[in-house]
Amino acid sequence: MTALLQAAAARAPAARIGMALFVALFFAWLFGPLVLMGITAFNSSAFPRVSPWECFSVEWFEALAGDKALMEGLRNSVVIGLGVVALAVPTGLAGALMLMQVGERARPWYYSVVISPILIPGVVLGISTLVFWDRIGAMFGAGHKTFFYDGVFLTVIGQATFISAYCMLVFISRLQRFNPALHEAALDLGATQLQAFRKVLLPFLKPAIASAAVLAFLASFENYNTTVFTIASESTLTTVLAGKVRYGINPSVSALAVVIAAVTLLFAAVLEVARRRRQRAAAESEKIARGLLRSRTRKKPLLLEPALLMIVTVFVAGAGTAWFAGSIGLEECKAAVLEEKRRDAEERVRTFQQRQMFRRAAPQAN
Amino acid sequence: MTSEVALENVWIRFGDFVAARDINITIRAGEFFSFLGPSGCGKTTLLRAVSGFLEPSEGRVLIGGADMAGIGPNKRPTALIFQNLALFPLMSVWENITFALEVRGVGAARRRKRADELLELIALPGQGDKTVGELSGGQRQRVAIARALAAEPEVLLLDEPLSALDLKLRQRMRTELRDIQRRVGITFIYITHDQGEALTMSDNIAVMREGVIEQVGDGNTLYDRPNTAFVASFVGENNLFRGTVGAAERGAVTVETAAGALRARPATGAALAAGDDAFVFIRPESLRFDDAMEMENRIGAHIQRREFEGSFWQVFLDADGAEQPLKLSMVNDDAAAARRPGQRVTLGFAAELAVATRAGPLAAG
Ligand SMILES: Nc1ncnc2c1ncn2[C@@H]1O[C@H](COP(=O)(O)OP(=O)(O)OP(=O)(O)O)[C@@H](O)[C@H]1O
Ligand SMILES: [Mg+2]
Repeated sequence: MTALLQAAAARAPAARIGMALFVALFFAWLFGPLVLMGITAFNSSAFPRVSPWECFSVEWFEALAGDKALMEGLRNSVVIGLGVVALAVPTGLAGALMLMQVGERARPWYYSVVISPILIPGVVLGISTLVFWDRIGAMFGAGHKTFFYDGVFLTVIGQATFISAYCMLVFISRLQRFNPALHEAALDLGATQLQAFRKVLLPFLKPAIASAAVLAFLASFENYNTTVFTIASESTLTTVLAGKVRYGINPSVSALAVVIAAVTLLFAAVLEVARRRRQRAAAESEKIARGLLRSRTRKKPLLLEPALLMIVTVFVAGAGTAWFAGSIGLEECKAAVLEEKRRDAEERVRTFQQRQMFRRAAPQAN
Repeated sequence: MTSEVALENVWIRFGDFVAARDINITIRAGEFFSFLGPSGCGKTTLLRAVSGFLEPSEGRVLIGGADMAGIGPNKRPTALIFQNLALFPLMSVWENITFALEVRGVGAARRRKRADELLELIALPGQGDKTVGELSGGQRQRVAIARALAAEPEVLLLDEPLSALDLKLRQRMRTELRDIQRRVGITFIYITHDQGEALTMSDNIAVMREGVIEQVGDGNTLYDRPNTAFVASFVGENNLFRGTVGAAERGAVTVETAAGALRARPATGAALAAGDDAFVFIRPESLRFDDAMEMENRIGAHIQRREFEGSFWQVFLDADGAEQPLKLSMVNDDAAAARRPGQRVTLGFAAELAVATRAGPLAAG
């Protein structure tokens, strides 16, 4: 993309402007809806909208915290997310390790089979999970209070079927970069297979385990298609939200979006800072190897990295400012808006009445 | 402790492909033994069979007299230094070195102490806390050796451990490796495709070609008394004449070549008889200018060009009837300086310095 931009820049000013416009449109298309939604969270209007702007307020965040159904759904979503991580990450790892072990000829077949849950529509996975565990439950003569019919349990199981395949993809790409000679070296030095796995392969996979866990959690958190069937009488964040949309939403949903976006951004920032630290450490190692540097500089704790401190400060300050600005003068503003609305309505009534009178008068003039 | 290693009728097949063909070899305890051969001839495969990553399709591997069949790499008294070293990148230097002790459950304090001793041995004292990435190529090399030695193997297997290093470092590491071997006194089995490495370090060398061992012997024997055309052309430099055997007697054969009839000592086991296709090899340093025309074998030639190498000259010649130029090495003196390109000369060599082998595959290049 940058190469494309450079090529355009080299050509002509007109092309440059066209390109800039295109890029702007592209980003507007990507992030416009999110930004708009974020803004609506701070508008005191009872329906999520940007205009007309009424009062800057944080009351929808408070409404969010007070929304029992939403909070219950959020809690379930987190529990299910953790459950899926606990189930899908080891399963995905096992699947990826297996792929490395099976013979050259069986590999494509094996791969297609284990990857297929990703290709099957989530709806189908949801229904089949429900039916399968119902049959199993019936086989054991289990009642409807048992875990065979428990929404959270079924959702964890159902989501894990395809999320473990995601995790497997993460592990496969990491494992492809593993030097199998390291495993052999460990064996050669007297390690058992288990020791070689624990001391050599597992540390190598650590970053992949972390990203698989994050991926699994996020995939579970945002899942709807499968969940809507398996959740039974319980609820998750997505099912609650879907229900709300059906009956009309208020801006507390926007507030939730803001919170989720903020958490995501913060998390991404932490990851980025950690990545840069690793890069710097690697560059330092390289210098030491070439004798340009005597020893490593001491590592600060991650949270004390200046970049991260700054980001956290900005977040906290932003939230604090919003809170402060949203609470002062809110009542006055609301009263003013109400007053304005009332006057608006009166005005409209008056115009209406005048028009009526005019209409009644009109036929005589004709 | 050190052990003898023996391969008995070892065959290794990958499907239809034969990577090792009927290998029979005995490596004495405490010996520095090298497998020398071009890339792809099966050296690594053979080493993997000794270290236990590979079971031979046929035959037996014995270490210290014990049959190793069914014994995994983690149970054999061998340690392997991999072609690409395979140091653990996420462990520090000292953790790498003492990995073998860690898996045996030795405590951290004792491991640290042993690591320091080994770091001393490989001349890297005080570097234990570095990461592997912080070492130079030569240092990594030495850490790999220390890591293998920490396992206290009876046999150390080295798979081209110096191939990634630059020339200077490689030459220094050769001496160091040989030193370490003398100090620890265990059997070293060393793999290389670099004949210089094999000749300078080894007590004995097996020359391999396409899964077959062509000849086993010390460096001197391989150089002076090659048994096959491959060994003659692979070990050191050699001038080659192709021909057919005219007359064969005890201790000498006459081979009819395009450069004339040449007399040479027959290679051991070659069993040359009249009419056989044969090669005659003569080393560049055994080839002489024979102005007096008094040597047993004489060849007419033109001097093509010459290269000065300090203490000696390399002279390249177009011999009458020879396909490729001949090479002659001579000490740098006044007589040598007088030899100019374009001169017509007579070359000569003694029959006992030339070797006649059965015609056969040659080393590439
Ligand atoms: N697992 C395997 N499956 C099939 N063929 C193999 C396998 N391992 C090795 N070979 C073949 O066996 C032959 C010998 O390989 P090997 O690695 O032993 O060569 P080498 O002498 O060590 O070469 P180099 O000097 O390049 O390391 C090669 O032709 C190689 O392709
Ligand atoms: Mg090899």
